[in-house]
Amino acid sequence: MSERVRIAVLGSGPAGLSAAAHAAARGLSHVLLEKTDHLSDTIHRYQRGKHIMATPSQLILRSDVRFQADKRENILGAWGQDAESRHVNVRYRSEALSVTGQKGDFTIALADGATIRAETVVLGIGTQGNPNLLTCEGGNLPHVQYQLDDPAEYVDEHIFVIGGGDAGIENALGLIADPAQANIVTLVNRTADFARAKDANVSALMAARDAGRISILQESAPSKVEPGWITIETANGPARLPCDRVIARMGSAPPRKFVESMGIAFTSAAREAFPQLSSTFESSVPGIYVIGALAGYPLIKHCMNQGYDVVEYIAGNVALKPADEPILEAKLKGLPGNRSVAQWLDFLRTEVEILNGLSPLQMREFLLDTEVRAYRAGQIVFERNDNASSLFGIAAGSVKVEVVEKDRSKDVVIGTGSIFGEVGLISGRRRGATIRAGEPLIAIEIDRNAALKLMASVKAARDAVNRISIERQVLTIFGSGLSAADLTEVLASAQVIEVKPDEAIIVEGDESYDIFVIRSGSMIVEKMIGGKAVFLSYVPAGTYSGEMALIDGGRRSATVRAAIKSEVVRLNGDVFRQLLARKPQLMAKMQADMADRRRVNNFIEEQKHSFGGVVDMYSAVAEFLVDQGIGEATDVLIIDETLCIGCDNCEKACADIHEGLSRLDREAGRTYAHLHVPTSCRHCERPYCMTDCPPNAIHRGPDGEVFIDDSCIGCGNCQRNCPYEVIRMDKAPPAKPGLLAWLFLGLGPGPGEPDKHWKESHAKKEGAPPKVAIKCDMCLGKDGGPACVRACPTGAAIRVSPENFLSVALLDRGRG
Amino acid sequence: MARARRQGERSDAARHEGFLRHRNFRWLKVAVALCLTATAAYFLVDVRPRPSGGTWYGYVLGTISALLIVWLTLIGIRKRAYVGRFSLKGWTSAHVYLGLSLIVLATLHTGFHLDRNVHTLAYGLMMLVIASGIFGVVVYAKLPVRLSENRGEMTQRQMLETINSLDQQLNVAAQPLDRKQADIVRLSLEHTNIAGGFWARLTGVRPGDGNARAIKRLGREMRRANKAAGAANLDQIAQLLDRKADALVQVRRHIRIRSVLEVWLKVHVPATFALLAALTAHIVSVFFYW
Repeated sequence: MSERVRIAVLGSGPAGLSAAAHAAARGLSHVLLEKTDHLSDTIHRYQRGKHIMATPSQLILRSDVRFQADKRENILGAWGQDAESRHVNVRYRSEALSVTGQKGDFTIALADGATIRAETVVLGIGTQGNPNLLTCEGGNLPHVQYQLDDPAEYVDEHIFVIGGGDAGIENALGLIADPAQANIVTLVNRTADFARAKDANVSALMAARDAGRISILQESAPSKVEPGWITIETANGPARLPCDRVIARMGSAPPRKFVESMGIAFTSAAREAFPQLSSTFESSVPGIYVIGALAGYPLIKHCMNQGYDVVEYIAGNVALKPADEPILEAKLKGLPGNRSVAQWLDFLRTEVEILNGLSPLQMREFLLDTEVRAYRAGQIVFERNDNASSLFGIAAGSVKVEVVEKDRSKDVVIGTGSIFGEVGLISGRRRGATIRAGEPLIAIEIDRNAALKLMASVKAARDAVNRISIERQVLTIFGSGLSAADLTEVLASAQVIEVKPDEAIIVEGDESYDIFVIRSGSMIVEKMIGGKAVFLSYVPAGTYSGEMALIDGGRRSATVRAAIKSEVVRLNGDVFRQLLARKPQLMAKMQADMADRRRVNNFIEEQKHSFGGVVDMYSAVAEFLVDQGIGEATDVLIIDETLCIGCDNCEKACADIHEGLSRLDREAGRTYAHLHVPTSCRHCERPYCMTDCPPNAIHRGPDGEVFIDDSCIGCGNCQRNCPYEVIRMDKAPPAKPGLLAWLFLGLGPGPGEPDKHWKESHAKKEGAPPKVAIKCDMCLGKDGGPACVRACPTGAAIRVSPENFLSVALLDRGRG
Repeated sequence: MARARRQGERSDAARHEGFLRHRNFRWLKVAVALCLTATAAYFLVDVRPRPSGGTWYGYVLGTISALLIVWLTLIGIRKRAYVGRFSLKGWTSAHVYLGLSLIVLATLHTGFHLDRNVHTLAYGLMMLVIASGIFGVVVYAKLPVRLSENRGEMTQRQMLETINSLDQQLNVAAQPLDRKQADIVRLSLEHTNIAGGFWARLTGVRPGDGNARAIKRLGREMRRANKAAGAANLDQIAQLLDRKADALVQVRRHIRIRSVLEVWLKVHVPATFALLAALTAHIVSVFFYW
């Protein structure tokens, strides 16, 4: 059977559905192919009752299908009704296996054997991909499922959950949560450990196993499924076991392979790259269009607008202005030059070097995540020690960099087309210098995520940023009297190296004298003293290491290894020695640095001989803190348990300062030598939580605080990405009576986070706030600093940064 | 653009010193200075007919002391009102040292006249408040280390969950037992009170603890059953009961230390309110009979 349509839409998510609905409204022959038996599978799989938000709020919706912030059920219901009333031609259970042909005549082969012929193809298949299937014999039997909607559905069954990731463990724990269901659950894991799962999930699983409520088969995989039975290949040979249901949670294959099989090119080989698209969403294969999350737009409203737009483009209306036009207009209003939006886009794209490689469509989307600003000559753009990680491109004018603090005569000029602010972007650390506009300046400020996305998708941009940033960083670090020209040879020898945690870049006793500049991450320096590795010092990003062997010759005197995943630039020692010979000023500066470092090392070594125990303690405490992620923290809450009386006033203060929800768990977390690192945000240099935030709601504030703004849609990505488990998803509790009302009249639950019972009994029936991501914001904008520390009666709670805390001052602690 | 600040400049959140050493003993110095001044004045000022609360010197000291008492009481509100630029550590430090200075100030205020009246009642209550406060300072200085060492990295909730999970395992393991042996397990399951009443929390002593009795009876039962052969699950149960005993020791010690850290407040706070009442009576009566 073969039908022929004008537009075939793959995937019935917000983008695909909106496209098909608009094709129907325009009377174009179309078909909407959906691999499952319901619309919009990704949203269908959200948990029941989940509140879905409609950000960005300033963007108007342009679609034939309704959408506004609401519960999952209502949104799916509205989409179902609209699909029906608009006469959308949906074909369910139609998984596309291949797309072949060319513009005007594509052939789509479906899994059920049918083929569909279409003039144009619109891909709206999202990024979720297909779950990895059970490939063993019997893997296609009906009692094998890839999803668990409601664990309470199953009673008295032998259930096998395949897969030791978070999804598998959470499903398995859900199935045994209520003993009355009497399910006999076995978790099958391919490896011996659960390295991919969260610690909390693993410990809950282990507790359930110890309590005899679940069986775990490690280093095992299913080899055969039959009705009522399953055969598992275990470490001790095959076992045939009774089995009524198999739930396979073995991850999913990203759709990139499938997309590339049609001949569509991606912007780069990087994992986060997107397909190359024109300003009308057309891919590198004419006639195939890509919209929605697969095109790089994770928000529902964007996706739906694109569905509408792409059908307009296909129908020939190429003059259509995108729905975000008013947003861009507002953004560019008030800038000098009197340009239209299109002219601005063109101007920025051609003037700023790193934006040259963007397509007009990419530039348009890109501008949404950026700010264009104008500065008077002499106006400050940012100051030394500001905490921000955005990148600036100069579209007109120039800037002056105050390289030497408070000495304007040494200022360095950066001209039109170049960039600045890249050090903050790459290392996540504070601004290294104050920057002022030299001439009247028009600059585009690109926030961290947009800049990283740009670097991932446009190779030219990535190369330019890397080249400039290495040059500038080396100049900033070695400073004194050097110019870019002096460094040409040294930089030609530069190698960027990724270093894994714990990997050494310098090994004690080696005969080498290359010098290393730490670009991101941090290093620790250790020396073997009396047969033990003793922690000497902490080397943050933006500094260098390896100068002792370079200057003095001889073998390496200590080992330098990465505290966390880091990036270093290796500079050739021979070339650097030549530079030193030519530049006595640089030599003097490095010798001074070296003398400082040597003094610290000698001090610790001396202590080791006279107070061995104290140094061991110091070393062990430093190692513990590094293990706890202090190496990548900018500001971390530490509790001195020799002072902590356990009053939890820190938690109460946190809750009362922030809409009634505490962002820290004092008791949880690791402790060593009475130093306790509670479960609380460390404000990482390169925050994991920021990596995948659809509305881009996570930012870094002026004091280094990583915070989430009001545009959070509650997707939970940041919570899953945080390795320290310090983000919670919750809704703000109802307002409670004031302190004096509680103190004198006993009204309300009192200070701190109200208990669950009070929250539930006082919750509003209607209009309850949605669940959003909650994390420490270091009391951003509140007078006096973090409330947890202010509210500690004994001084047990302190907030520290690694540079300040991982120092010889720790030695005093060991001495008592 | 915001003004740049160096790490820690926004507040003194990175300052690592306890409440007693706060700002290099600032409030201790203030308190000592206050006491020395008052004492020196006591000997230098020749008040007539003789030193007492009724002289001008007495009034000055009395006013200072009364205001101090009111201010010291306000820590109860301060520690729960989290807004504003303040450090509770600083308040605690000042509370401790200025509170202690009242011993000198109020005693000098009396001119060493103590009698059976409302005035001396106020003085006595104040001394009771201070004495309980001293106890509080001592436990705050000594117990946190023990609290930390006892809990390791466990939270209170995890300690309770451990016991809960041991109970579940005991329950499962007891299924095949006969009535008499099952009753031993039930002793542990049904007659173990983790926290107990006020005294039990404070002392950690729990006579008739179900788990301890179960361990004792199981020991006898195992010796008997060994002779009779067929001690099926009893070894496993003995292990579980021992593990539960260890877990109980830990959680009870945790509760005991936390109780001691709080118990003095049960004297300190009510005595403070009694003091405020007596103080009011003292002041009113003084002015009434003036």
